[in-house]
Amino acid sequence: MTVLVAYVPTPEGDAAFAAAVEEAGRRGGRLVLLNTPREGAPVSAAMADEDAVRELVERAAAAGVDVEVHQEAHTGDVADEVVRVAGAVDASVIVIGLRRRSPVGKLLMGSTAQRILLDADRPVLAVKP
Amino acid sequence: MDLAPVLDGFGVVLQPTNLLYCLIGVVVGMLVGVLPGLGPAATIAILLPITIGIEPVTAVIMLAGIFYGAQYGGTITSVLLRLPGEASSVVTVFDGFALARQGRAGTALGIAAVGSFLGGTVSIVALSFVAPLVAGFALDFGPPEYTALALLGILLVATVSSGDRLKAVIAACLGLLLATVGRDGFTGAERFTFDNLSLADGLDFVPIAMGLFGLGEILYNLEERHRAVHAPATVANVWPSRADLRQSSGAIGRGSVLGFFLGILPGGGATLASLAAYAMEKRRSKTPERFGRGAVEGVAAPESANNAAATSSFIPLLTLGIPANATMAVIYGALLIQGVSPGPQLVDQEPELFWGVVNSMYIGNILLLIMSIPLVGLFVKILRVRATILAPITVLITLIGVYTVNYDVFDIGLVVVFGALGYLMKKLGFDPGPLVLAFVLGSLLEDSLRRSLLLFDGDPTGFLTRPISGTLLVLFLVVVLLPVIRAALARRRSTDRRNTKELV
Repeated sequence: MTVLVAYVPTPEGDAAFAAAVEEAGRRGGRLVLLNTPREGAPVSAAMADEDAVRELVERAAAAGVDVEVHQEAHTGDVADEVVRVAGAVDASVIVIGLRRRSPVGKLLMGSTAQRILLDADRPVLAVKP
Repeated sequence: MDLAPVLDGFGVVLQPTNLLYCLIGVVVGMLVGVLPGLGPAATIAILLPITIGIEPVTAVIMLAGIFYGAQYGGTITSVLLRLPGEASSVVTVFDGFALARQGRAGTALGIAAVGSFLGGTVSIVALSFVAPLVAGFALDFGPPEYTALALLGILLVATVSSGDRLKAVIAACLGLLLATVGRDGFTGAERFTFDNLSLADGLDFVPIAMGLFGLGEILYNLEERHRAVHAPATVANVWPSRADLRQSSGAIGRGSVLGFFLGILPGGGATLASLAAYAMEKRRSKTPERFGRGAVEGVAAPESANNAAATSSFIPLLTLGIPANATMAVIYGALLIQGVSPGPQLVDQEPELFWGVVNSMYIGNILLLIMSIPLVGLFVKILRVRATILAPITVLITLIGVYTVNYDVFDIGLVVVFGALGYLMKKLGFDPGPLVLAFVLGSLLEDSLRRSLLLFDGDPTGFLTRPISGTLLVLFLVVVLLPVIRAALARRRSTDRRNTKELV
């Protein structure tokens, strides 16, 4: 039983991670942490630095959950990457964080969460901070 | 020394237009210093077309600003992200990033800024004194001396430059060949023009530089994949403490002097200077094991040296008309476009240009010192732009830019061809620098060689009868033969050893 969490270093990402650790503990499975920056730029705000990742792994270990970290860059849409990795590790559930989006903002920028919800072929747990 | 032209030079710099272009130059310079891949030579090449409408002094002030500004900018990414934006700040990564990991990124950046400022200033002061002297000396140079100097310049750039020496020489020969395209200046015969009117006046420098450095580098960098890193936290406490300053004062002084001398050397320049300064500090230090783990001197020395070298590499260009490295070759091209031919007569005939450019470096260095730290946040934001967005925009600017020079579509074709050539050269390990430099020096070499042969009635031994050209040619031979002899000696030694082994 594998739990996949799509993580970004924001309050939403932290909320998703906390829920994912709980979920992995309940299902007695391992946790796959996906933190993928978009390829091509030297700096990415979506990327968590080494110290932050180490702290996350320790937090999960304290709750008795093993964490597998994926930090490879992706091309194209991040939603596709999440769904792809979920298939690759055969996750039983995907955990994502939801952030507040105004209707206009959603119209302009789209919604990654919505795309994951629609595209994923397995349960998705959406968490609010 | 006559002070009046020096003061007039300050008058030139302080004109609002020139101040504005100095500011634009250093900001653009810092920006390309931050962006990995796009170097100062490429940027200056891409921006050559916009210098055409403006005054020569203003144009060179801006281009010079880009060059030394880039040395500043490269430091920022080296320290914060372990990404050297510039070849000349590669060594800064070792100690700069180590300091940043200890939470002392501010100290590293502060020391680098102070070191860069002092290195630059030392070099400008020395430049102000040395350049007129060299120029006065070189006023007696005739065609034979220029022949020898151009030969030596091309050879030194080919041998000192990074990478394979043979490949650099091949690139330089290719540049010399390209310089022969067009109508012969003495006889009027058409050479390699293939009856093409666009080639009749020879290949233009601008499309070649824009293609090889600009387009070639953009294409090459599209292939590189940078692993994205986390955006760094804001930098606090930039001013270095008194202890740090005391610890690095020696390194800054030595780095500045070393950088100044290495910058003058053809083929030297900022990259070599920063490497040499770092190595020297490490060797001198009583505690070399601290280097690489956050030694303040390890940041101070290379940063002072690269700025000092960037400044002093203007000496050969402004006094002899011989560009010392690839970036200087592009600035040489910019001067030619403006109708100014750099050489010993520049100080006397165009004192406003000479001293205006030299003195603008004081102002530019002060601007950099003030701006570099507050703009760190902005630069890090710019690094979040993906290459897939940045590259097409840069290519478009390059192609539109080259078209505006002569309003000739042929030039666009040239840029594309040389862009492809530059990409292939980089891919195969050839440095395009020697090619561009040899192309620039090619016409000078040909002109002065043929003029001196006319002078000597076609007798090549005439070169050896003049003291300066003779000395330079002997030096040329030494530089050519030294590696060959050394290789031969090494081979003999190794065969000797093998023989003794076989005997045993």
